[in-house]
Amino acid sequence: MLKFDNVSMRYPEAGDVLRNVSFHLEQGEMAFLTGHSGSGKSTLLKLIAVIERCTRGQVLLDGQNLNQAKDRHIPFIRRKVGLIFQDYKLLQDRTVFDNVALPLVIAGYGHHEVSRRVRAALDKVGLLGKEKKYPAVLSGGEQQRVGIARAVVNKPPMILADEPTGNLDPELSTEIMHLFEQFQQVGVTVLIATHDISLIAKMNHRVLKLDHGQLVAS
Amino acid sequence: MKQVNKKLDKRQRWQTKISGGNFVDKFHAYRNHHAQALFSSLGRLVASRFSSALTIIVLAIAISLASGFYILVANLQQLAGSLEASNQISLFLKDEVSEARANKFANSIKINPDIQDVKVITKEQALSEFQVYSGFGEAIKTLEKNPLPMVIQVLPKKSLENERALEALLDDLGRAAEVDFAQMDMQWVKRLQSIMEVARRGVTLLSLLLGAGVLFITANTIRLELYNRRDEVVIAKLVGATNSFIQRPFLYSGFWIGFFSGVTAWFIITTIMLILKQPVERLSGLYNDGFHVLFLGFTETLALLLISSVLGVVGSWIVLHFQLRQLKPE
Repeated sequence: MLKFDNVSMRYPEAGDVLRNVSFHLEQGEMAFLTGHSGSGKSTLLKLIAVIERCTRGQVLLDGQNLNQAKDRHIPFIRRKVGLIFQDYKLLQDRTVFDNVALPLVIAGYGHHEVSRRVRAALDKVGLLGKEKKYPAVLSGGEQQRVGIARAVVNKPPMILADEPTGNLDPELSTEIMHLFEQFQQVGVTVLIATHDISLIAKMNHRVLKLDHGQLVAS
Repeated sequence: MKQVNKKLDKRQRWQTKISGGNFVDKFHAYRNHHAQALFSSLGRLVASRFSSALTIIVLAIAISLASGFYILVANLQQLAGSLEASNQISLFLKDEVSEARANKFANSIKINPDIQDVKVITKEQALSEFQVYSGFGEAIKTLEKNPLPMVIQVLPKKSLENERALEALLDDLGRAAEVDFAQMDMQWVKRLQSIMEVARRGVTLLSLLLGAGVLFITANTIRLELYNRRDEVVIAKLVGATNSFIQRPFLYSGFWIGFFSGVTAWFIITTIMLILKQPVERLSGLYNDGFHVLFLGFTETLALLLISSVLGVVGSWIVLHFQLRQLKPE
């Protein structure tokens, strides 16, 4: 599903951020990406979401070489990856329903289909009944679950989460992680960047560890 | 093994659903999205009505300046068009010349092969004609002495089209002892027509300039809106929105701004014309002229609205083209 092949990333101002990173995530696999701040976690995720392009090596997503993707293909690549952020990145002036519906509206689904899928996604994350609320009135954990519903509503083959539990207490964090496991169980590839070692230890999944841009454990 | 198969099965179902939704459904969704963008951009315009009104009024003033000059020239043209450009020459005779001598002089001119017709207008004829047409009838009655000179109207042959030959004839006639002053009527019609040509060109240039102003004011307005909604744009990009999807509501905003500016400009011009109509027609009535104030017609109104809407859309497109790709997720 996701393959990094000798990937290096160099910023003119910061030097090498990733050095010869290689790994392969199978379909339906769940893995943690860890390492201290500045180890290159965020950069690695940006390469998968084609926010940046690597300076050397190859990133393959679903068999497609992301380095060779044209700018106009990027939106369609991003539709294959559900992104989840530490700060949730919800639209504050839209209801929960509209936030979750966004990827479907963008993909051009009809009204009934949108409605049906949004409800299914909200049901999955346990927020059915809160469609008409605005993000500001929800708790942090609820907002993150809205973010997750938005990431999975289009049923992408892969989910990428960047510090999804960074702003949540341990109990809520565990809950969110179990949610990710449920998606993995239906065949979605999940990659979670986190530095919450205790959380990783509790769960039995593959761990990719970055240190100064190099993969030290996979 | 069975477990793996089950996983794959489910996985395949995920995949097939990615491009789900049938064609008709997608078409409806596309149409709905356009309608939604059209009305949501209108809604946003209404929501920020103070700043929208400011922008629209500035644009409307620019548009009404351009189209106001246009309608002014159109009215002047109507005036100039009613004047026939004939080759007629008027010879104003000296005061001491008697009527008999004038007739004799007229007959002597008639012999000239270049001249088709000659007509003598006596002082009395000139006065009565002037009383009727000038609007100063009452004032003239109080004069003790007729101040008007005798005039001989000379119509050259049609074949004498050449301007130089005409001017030679004019010079020739002007040199006669009886003539005080010779004038070709066509000259000032021609002068008026070339003034009109200058005015028309001036209006075109002014319209281009003001049109460019409208374009850039809209562009700047849309740039601000894009800046205010950059979070939304970035999020939409992250969940896979194409540029044309993101652009759409902004283009519709540009359309509404242009359209409403056009409508406002139409009201400004029509109000000004209504205020001017009465005094202008009274003035033209004094000259016994069949002059009627022209307003913006149906086609012109349509063109006004179309041009301002297009300027709005193009203005926002320019900004989106250059600024949208700079808005990158972090």
